[in-house]
Amino acid sequence: MSFQAPLATSRSVTGLPTGRLAIWWVVVSEIVIFGGLIACYVMFRLRHPEWGEYASHTSTPAGALNTFVLLTSSLSIVLAHQAAAAGNLVKSFRYIWCTIGGGGIFLLVKSYEWTTEISHGYTLFANNFWSFYYTATGLHGLHVIAGMVIMAIISIGVRKGEHLPRVEYIGIYWHFVDIVWLFLFPLFYIAK
Amino acid sequence: MAEAVTTAETTEGAHSHHGEPDFWSKYIFSTDHKMIAMQYMFTGMIMALIGGYMAYVFRMQLAFPGESVPGYGTVTPLAYNSLITNHGAIMIFWVAMPILIAALGNFLIPLMIGCDDMVFPRVNRLSYQIFLLSAIILIASFFVPGGGFGGAWTAYPPLSAQSQYNLTPFGAPMWLLAVALEFVAFLLGGINFITTTMNARAKGMKMYDIPIVVWMIVIASILFMASVGPLIAGAVMLLFDQVLGTTFYNPDAGGDPVLWQHLFWFFGHPEVYVVLLPAMGVVAEVITVFARKKLFAYKTILYTTFATGILSFFVWAHHQFIAGIDPRMAHIFTVTTVLISIPIAEMLFCYIATLYGGSIRLTTAMLFALSFLAEFLIGGVTGIYLGASGTDIYFHDTYFVLAHFHYTFFPIAIIGFFTAIYYWFPKMFGRMMNETWGKIHFWGTIICFNGIFLPLFVLGMGGQHRRIYNFNNFPDLATPEMQDLRIFATWSAVAMLVFQIPFLINFTVSLFKGKKAGKNPWNANTLEWVAPSPPPHGNFAEMPVVYRAPYEYSVPGREKDYWPQNMPD
Repeated sequence: MSFQAPLATSRSVTGLPTGRLAIWWVVVSEIVIFGGLIACYVMFRLRHPEWGEYASHTSTPAGALNTFVLLTSSLSIVLAHQAAAAGNLVKSFRYIWCTIGGGGIFLLVKSYEWTTEISHGYTLFANNFWSFYYTATGLHGLHVIAGMVIMAIISIGVRKGEHLPRVEYIGIYWHFVDIVWLFLFPLFYIAK
Repeated sequence: MAEAVTTAETTEGAHSHHGEPDFWSKYIFSTDHKMIAMQYMFTGMIMALIGGYMAYVFRMQLAFPGESVPGYGTVTPLAYNSLITNHGAIMIFWVAMPILIAALGNFLIPLMIGCDDMVFPRVNRLSYQIFLLSAIILIASFFVPGGGFGGAWTAYPPLSAQSQYNLTPFGAPMWLLAVALEFVAFLLGGINFITTTMNARAKGMKMYDIPIVVWMIVIASILFMASVGPLIAGAVMLLFDQVLGTTFYNPDAGGDPVLWQHLFWFFGHPEVYVVLLPAMGVVAEVITVFARKKLFAYKTILYTTFATGILSFFVWAHHQFIAGIDPRMAHIFTVTTVLISIPIAEMLFCYIATLYGGSIRLTTAMLFALSFLAEFLIGGVTGIYLGASGTDIYFHDTYFVLAHFHYTFFPIAIIGFFTAIYYWFPKMFGRMMNETWGKIHFWGTIICFNGIFLPLFVLGMGGQHRRIYNFNNFPDLATPEMQDLRIFATWSAVAMLVFQIPFLINFTVSLFKGKKAGKNPWNANTLEWVAPSPPPHGNFAEMPVVYRAPYEYSVPGREKDYWPQNMPD
């Protein structure tokens, strides 16, 4: 089935690319999803001081390492965008794959953490703290995976020099995923 | 008439097709916004028939408890719960949303802003496919062991969370999954509506040249997007509670069942305005065309819409006055709830002022639009009793709430839809609907609608609770007087369903045999009437350019009483 882009896609009344507008609206809808989940957790946490005890069983060094990895991967996607804008496709392609690699390291560390915690008996069902922990970090992890898959698809286009603005759009999404982690890390790892 | 205006933009080339598209790519996998609108509309209409059938079954059970219902059989308590739950869910999520937001948004936005399609046509197609999947999952859930979900459309835990209470171990998670998928579909659609309106308007169309109905659908999409997130998170938590056995909402294990109520109504109340606003927009278009008069206070209507949208995020806890919330918080929510009636009332006054001094033409569309104002007004006024925490303590969970709610949602979803369909049918299908049959349908529907729900106000004030299978089990509520009112409401409901037959016949016959409609049968100003009826793929032969605001009717000194937006002089 061939697809012909309608005229609508070529218009830009606001002067901003439509893709950029759309990705910001995606981020808005994601903010309220994570915002709702985090707000629920915070409301519970305020009523249950004993959850600080449970939080001490999450690994702060592992979380800190993941924070570092994720922030670095945000830098590399910016560099990929910059390289794409400058027309350096090979460099952009490499930086995108650096970012995907960062996501991969994040997930590896995450799975190490989960394995350790589960083997200590802190499963999804241990209590509501752990339910929130797995739900929130799991949902975030799904966003990381989704971002990695989309980046891999975009990198194919970058190699051919097609759809270069998409590097910027996935970058905006990736920053959002990063920022969500910056909320999850203190709430589930640092606050004891 | 100088309709065609020279412009650099043409649809030539962008739509050069290699021959006629086959059935599948034309009707099933189309990316054309009009075809997606039709898919949404027909799916919504089929779901409305299913939801209406459910209402018929449980109304019959209430009027004649225990007797076999013709066309269904004996209603068991479990089936009763499932019927009322899915009636509510279907009518809101699978009728009001797809018809008012998705069908009208898809059909009208590109046409009314002078564009050939949405800016993300394939995302649009995906949106409908996810929606269709959600509808299929919902309908499939009626046929699994235990039947469809029976925990009421609000799905309060622990009833909804634990299958030993709701007795629908498979129906409950399927219902939740269907609702969540439906949300995803409308998030995708909403992003499309917002970005299309922001970026793809015709040359010359400034912010205040956008027709009110487009504004309203876009604002409704933003409200939906900003309110549904916490409920998506909450639905994931509820699904985990149902399927995996977590205890987010289980008070025995330190969970909080009221949390769900907050998440649900934080979405649920803005949702009322999500569906109200498109209906208000439709009514604005119709009354201004058939009053042949400029819409009164365009900007005021727009600003009151913004005010309604913002306030709608601060009223949700009026659903929870007896859920154990702090009385001081109840006071605050009483104030915000009563406040929100101000912008809505102002909007209604603007509409009435539009009618004042107009040369009114009582077409079927206009009749439905006027009845919307009258019926919604009753819904709004009775809402004040429920928004005030003092009276709500008595009225909570009675049929008074139910009647109030239907006096808002019936005008929105059903009357709003009929207003739109009688008005835009010529544009959608290129033929006129029959006005006589339309008027029979109108009077039958409106009279029977009041016949159903006015008695329910009385029953509610008499203390009749909602969601009760058989009132004979409650001697105080089983009096002959109350039973007579129930029977009257039930026969009204049956009659109203019967009066939809003229509509369905009129609709079907007009599709094929109706009088051919020209481009602009109502002599309206907005851009969709510039396109041929029905609009071809690409909508306009040449893209229109906008020169003025959309409601310049009966302008003094002009020969014609309308002045299309795309006409240079």
